[in-house]
Amino acid sequence: MNPTLTCSTLTEQTAIYNQVCPARFPWSHVIKRGQIFRIVDIEGCQAVDTLFYNAHDYQERYSAPDTIRTQNNIFLSTGTTLVSSRSRAMLTIIADTCGRHDTSGGACSAESNSVRFGLETRHMHACRDNFVLELAKYGMTKKDLVSNINFFMNVPVQADGQLAIVDGISSPGSYVEMVAEMDVLCVISNCPQMNNPCNAYNPTPIRMLIWDSPA
Amino acid sequence: MSKPIVPPAAIPPDSITLSETIPGGAKWTHVIGRGSALRLAAPDGSLGVSALFYNADDFSERYNAADTVKIQFNAFVSAGSLLYSDMGRALVAIVADTCGHHDIFAGPSTPATNTARYGPQCYYRNGRDNLVLGLAKWGMNERDLMPCINFFADVRVDAAGGLVFTPNAGKPGVYLDLLATMNVLVVLSNTPHVLDPSTAYAPKPLTLTLWQPPKQCSQVCRNAGREAQRAFANTDGYFIR
Repeated sequence: MNPTLTCSTLTEQTAIYNQVCPARFPWSHVIKRGQIFRIVDIEGCQAVDTLFYNAHDYQERYSAPDTIRTQNNIFLSTGTTLVSSRSRAMLTIIADTCGRHDTSGGACSAESNSVRFGLETRHMHACRDNFVLELAKYGMTKKDLVSNINFFMNVPVQADGQLAIVDGISSPGSYVEMVAEMDVLCVISNCPQMNNPCNAYNPTPIRMLIWDSPA
Repeated sequence: MSKPIVPPAAIPPDSITLSETIPGGAKWTHVIGRGSALRLAAPDGSLGVSALFYNADDFSERYNAADTVKIQFNAFVSAGSLLYSDMGRALVAIVADTCGHHDIFAGPSTPATNTARYGPQCYYRNGRDNLVLGLAKWGMNERDLMPCINFFADVRVDAAGGLVFTPNAGKPGVYLDLLATMNVLVVLSNTPHVLDPSTAYAPKPLTLTLWQPPKQCSQVCRNAGREAQRAFANTDGYFIR
């Protein structure tokens, strides 16, 4: 199945925010309603674990089941509305040069690594540790971690339910762009996983860009 | 390797510690002690049961849908599957399942989906509010609402990623045995699956039986592979004090 790719008309020069998040690091920022947010997979094949919270009420947050059910599809791409735990639109994806993003596989953790890859991997750096440290800046805890989005990650589900994190389909410079439908706090872990192909065994930096509403 | 012990269709009466039937639309919460099992039985069939699980000794540890499917490489759970916590531990083992269809994608029904399905004038209980209310009885709140599992619901994924719902997965007499491999708080909502197209709100009664299964019942899950062995190593280690 070939996903449809959609390019953006925005250029980096007009962005009001332009920062690189280094490999393995967390990142967070508030994106205001109407602003446009782009994540660039600079070197390709980099999973970007992402959560969104209502910037004014963190109890309302991104909900993978509500998002999947609303569009009746497990993959995220252009046209997908990211839906909150209160069934409201948080952001809408408006451009996507990768074509497929996952919201079923969740984030890696020291603990799940120990089960998936061997008890000795529990001391490796992992997304949920990134998330916990970043959420702490906003008074949130591990309990506020729900199923996240994995931008640029490919997790197909077969007819028999078989599910695997397979090689990424994201090439260098691929990006995904979304418009905020409400003020959102975005929290990201630039995935440090080294035990499977989600990052091609080589975590790399990503670029975050924000534009003010064109209107 | 010894032959796995499959729980009997009829639970021996002397191993039953609690039995209760809840009406359609109801919620239910209970703590299941480590080693006890909960049978969910639908004598008249089921339109779906939304469920969440928490470590009863520390609610910050809870059922994690993504880890459950990722670690077992499959989105469908059934007998022999584990429900994983976010801490890399086996929280619940599915030791018997006569249905074979359980959904981890679609989430619970919500006030909005109920209104869309049954009309705005009807007060029918929905899965999300039931789960939040169930959590509230244990001091938790909306923040603790995680993506749930929907038992007795057939939701598959087509090649393009679309969800395909097939009604009537929960045939009359269907049952499921959940073995608590930790002390587990169960929060259930006995409400129709969110994708069930029927516009008649008709959830069926659900019988919940707490019972003491033979110790070897967890073997089918413990022997399910290297991942399961490591999960039980983590779980067993947690109880070494």
